[in-house]
Amino acid sequence: MAADLQTFPALVKLREFDAEAVEDARTFRGEVTVYIRPAQFIRTCEFLRDESDLKFSFLADVTALDLYPQEPRFEVVYHLLSLQNAQRLRLKVRVGGDDPHAVSAFSVWPSANAFEREVFDLFGIRFDGHPFLRRMLLPDEWEGYPLRKDYPTEGYR
Amino acid sequence: MPITLERIPGHEERVILSMGPQHPSTHGVLRLVLELEGETVVRALYDIGYLHTGFEKSFESKTYHQGITLTDRMDYLAPLSNNLGFCLATEKLLGLEIPPRAQWIRVLLTELTRIQSHLVWLGTHAIDLGAMSVFLYCFREREEILHIFEAVSGQRMMTSYFRIGGLALEPPLGWLKGVQKFAKSFPARIEEYETLLTRNPIWLSRTQGVGYISAEDAIAYGLSGPSLRGSGVDWDIRKKEPYSSYEKFDFKVSTRTEGDVYGRYLARVEEMRQSLRIVNQAMEGLPEGPVKANAPHIVMPERESMKTSIEALIYHFKIVTEGFHPPVGEVYQAIESPRGELGFYMVSDGSPKPFRCHVRAPSFANLQALPRLIEGRLIADVVACIGTIDIVLGEVDR
Repeated sequence: MAADLQTFPALVKLREFDAEAVEDARTFRGEVTVYIRPAQFIRTCEFLRDESDLKFSFLADVTALDLYPQEPRFEVVYHLLSLQNAQRLRLKVRVGGDDPHAVSAFSVWPSANAFEREVFDLFGIRFDGHPFLRRMLLPDEWEGYPLRKDYPTEGYR
Repeated sequence: MPITLERIPGHEERVILSMGPQHPSTHGVLRLVLELEGETVVRALYDIGYLHTGFEKSFESKTYHQGITLTDRMDYLAPLSNNLGFCLATEKLLGLEIPPRAQWIRVLLTELTRIQSHLVWLGTHAIDLGAMSVFLYCFREREEILHIFEAVSGQRMMTSYFRIGGLALEPPLGWLKGVQKFAKSFPARIEEYETLLTRNPIWLSRTQGVGYISAEDAIAYGLSGPSLRGSGVDWDIRKKEPYSSYEKFDFKVSTRTEGDVYGRYLARVEEMRQSLRIVNQAMEGLPEGPVKANAPHIVMPERESMKTSIEALIYHFKIVTEGFHPPVGEVYQAIESPRGELGFYMVSDGSPKPFRCHVRAPSFANLQALPRLIEGRLIADVVACIGTIDIVLGEVDR
């Protein structure tokens, strides 16, 4: 079943709440992806979490994509889940490749803590407002960010 | 420098203790940093990465078929669940329909995986808290399940048995006899564990009220699986977002309201019973038919047909040397693994290798709640709390 972007409840509500915040929306295999402008990110997240018809209270996952050599280079991907409606939504925020910074979702969903730390560790994207942003899976003195596309699979030798 | 806790001025008498990564009760290479006041944990931090293998980077240089072998090695206690997640995500990307027989065998085997994973959890959890015999019983039954896996896939643990488009091959004749034998004996075995633990005063005093987390906090910290259901949240992906024909099976989601170590224990034990019900239903109603989808450019041909059919030989050559080209797009597929929500986020740029394959590992998320569970408790409760969230470090570190 294909989700229709015109009628998908979360997207309709989101556009009513703040049409400016939605940069773009796509659907593929019944999954909806919404691109959010970084400036409106936190208030959009709070809206999605608290709105009584939506209740995206569960942050399932945070990860990133490296679109190198495209610019803006990175996309930070948030997978939200509404336990109440058994519905999922994917949020994306575009981040430029030069000194990449994004806003941390920690204040909205505490579970973002570890997920964003992992993204910082492997992609080198800094999350403003994150309480404990340091390397997690790799040692502190590790050079480079392995999941970037310009990082060789065999590592640097 | 490894992670450590800074001393707070005025509290110089507190001990900073590094626990792990080689501590036997941390279930792998987990390291904890604890600040202790007497025997009470004041603050806690966890340190991971000792088993980091870069699976997500490796996925990007392997074709989709090759990627399956990596998934076994992440959560090594539930290899078939990981195979299933990866295959379902790829099949969703491709829009591929799987024949009913393959779906049912997948359900049967992943439920056996759940039982087998819970047995390891129960055995190690009990031994951590001083009950040695449960461990021996649990591993005895686990061995029976591993024999079934070996009969089906040729491997006890690194199965790689589910493939994109179905199964690797039809299970051998008579394999269901082994499953029937296990399913017949297992209910009495669960009773045996329960006799040893459920009303055991030592077990009760070590688990009741320990590691409490409320439903709101459990959701906020991203807990999933039995750890979430132990806090009274009725959420099971098998019921709410059924995949692989789970909607055709009759089972109960085991939810407990205690929210402590004991509640999660009861939730998992009940879950083993429910899994066994699913196994029995899957055996009774197992449909006949092929175990591979009819998609020759994606699914590996039968070995026999390659000797007689030139098309099969060409497809085999194409799949092995090049792989298949999925459409450009991205999907997220979540399944209920024994530990919780196991999600595969697969992004394709149209080439035969994934552009990005990210794993939402339930252990990684569940571990976040650990400091919350142990802060303010005694150091002896730390091992109870590590056991109760049931982490597998292979999956945490990936």
